[in-house]
Amino acid sequence: MRHHPVTMALHWLLALMILGALAVGLYMTGLPFSPTRLRLYNWHKWAGVTILALSALRLLWRLTHRPPAELPMAAWQRRAAHHVHAALYLVFFAVPLAGWAYSSAAGFPVVLFGVLPLPDLVTPDRVLSESLKPLHRWLAYALATLVVLHVAAALKHHFVDRDGLLLRMMPARRGGAPTVQPIHR
Amino acid sequence: MSTRTLSALTALFLALAGAGAPLALAQPRPAQLQAAGSEVAFTTRQMGVPVEGRFGSFSAQVVLDPRKPESGSVRMAIDTASARFGSAELDAEVPKPTWLHAAGFPQATFQSTRIQAAGPGRFEVVGKLGIKGVSRDIVVPVQLAPAGTQHVATGTFTIKRLDFKVGDGEWADTSMLANEVVVRFKLVLAGLPPL
Repeated sequence: MRHHPVTMALHWLLALMILGALAVGLYMTGLPFSPTRLRLYNWHKWAGVTILALSALRLLWRLTHRPPAELPMAAWQRRAAHHVHAALYLVFFAVPLAGWAYSSAAGFPVVLFGVLPLPDLVTPDRVLSESLKPLHRWLAYALATLVVLHVAAALKHHFVDRDGLLLRMMPARRGGAPTVQPIHR
Repeated sequence: MSTRTLSALTALFLALAGAGAPLALAQPRPAQLQAAGSEVAFTTRQMGVPVEGRFGSFSAQVVLDPRKPESGSVRMAIDTASARFGSAELDAEVPKPTWLHAAGFPQATFQSTRIQAAGPGRFEVVGKLGIKGVSRDIVVPVQLAPAGTQHVATGTFTIKRLDFKVGDGEWADTSMLANEVVVRFKLVLAGLPPL
């Protein structure tokens, strides 16, 4: 049973954006003060705000659409998967929000795509910005760790247990029917 | 009349003349800039993001009779090393030669050449702004309002950073960093004659 195409689209789009934002985030902080650094910081913030918005959409979608029945697996694995998924959703929101608040506190309002000024989450404050910076960083590390756990478990299911788990998140080769039942119908 | 008496009289006359001189010149005394409440701030735009900085150290000599502004003058000096932002990174960056070059040009200055009335409590201060060794003529609109026994002078004007070679080289691209810098000031002055 595959996931709904919308579920897949959100999953893979966010996977790409989150990996991109993580990579840019790790790289940009080591750059000297330069136009390149400034450009990457802004792209990173735009990506973060987009991830935040898409995650809200994704959560709404998840809450209104039941995923296909789970594959048979040990109870502890099921529990672990649920916990990791819940924690992932938590950091999908926490990491961009902490980053946004850090940017606000540091006196850099976020202007989405360079045109849409977003409100400051906190008022500019040097002391606050210096505690929000490590918060954003450690939450991002937590996100990266959860992604590693998530990917490792998915690969283990697919290639060790050979239960075809990955195919649930892959588009069908030949017009497979969508398999999600909307909750209210 | 002895020579001694004559010289004593001369001395007395000179002393009287000297004491009377400040009365004869109807020039008001300079106002005193009050650090508390005064500020000089500026806003730049980086990829559309407004970034505000402020100077922590500046001085002003303001001689102004609001009823006779033409006779007044304003001189300001701003310590270029005192620019502060929300982030320590910018604090460390802006005094560098690319930007304000605080080591080579420790002060930015403004010297008025002409002050004219522009409405009730409003003045146009024309003068020369000197930043990083470049001098440009600017017109600064100033609003003056009484505040208790003091006066508050406020105003906003826009300069182009590249006119003063601020952020040249790799930063010359104005789509990344806007050319316009909006300067905002608020000077609390004691000892100005009433409006």
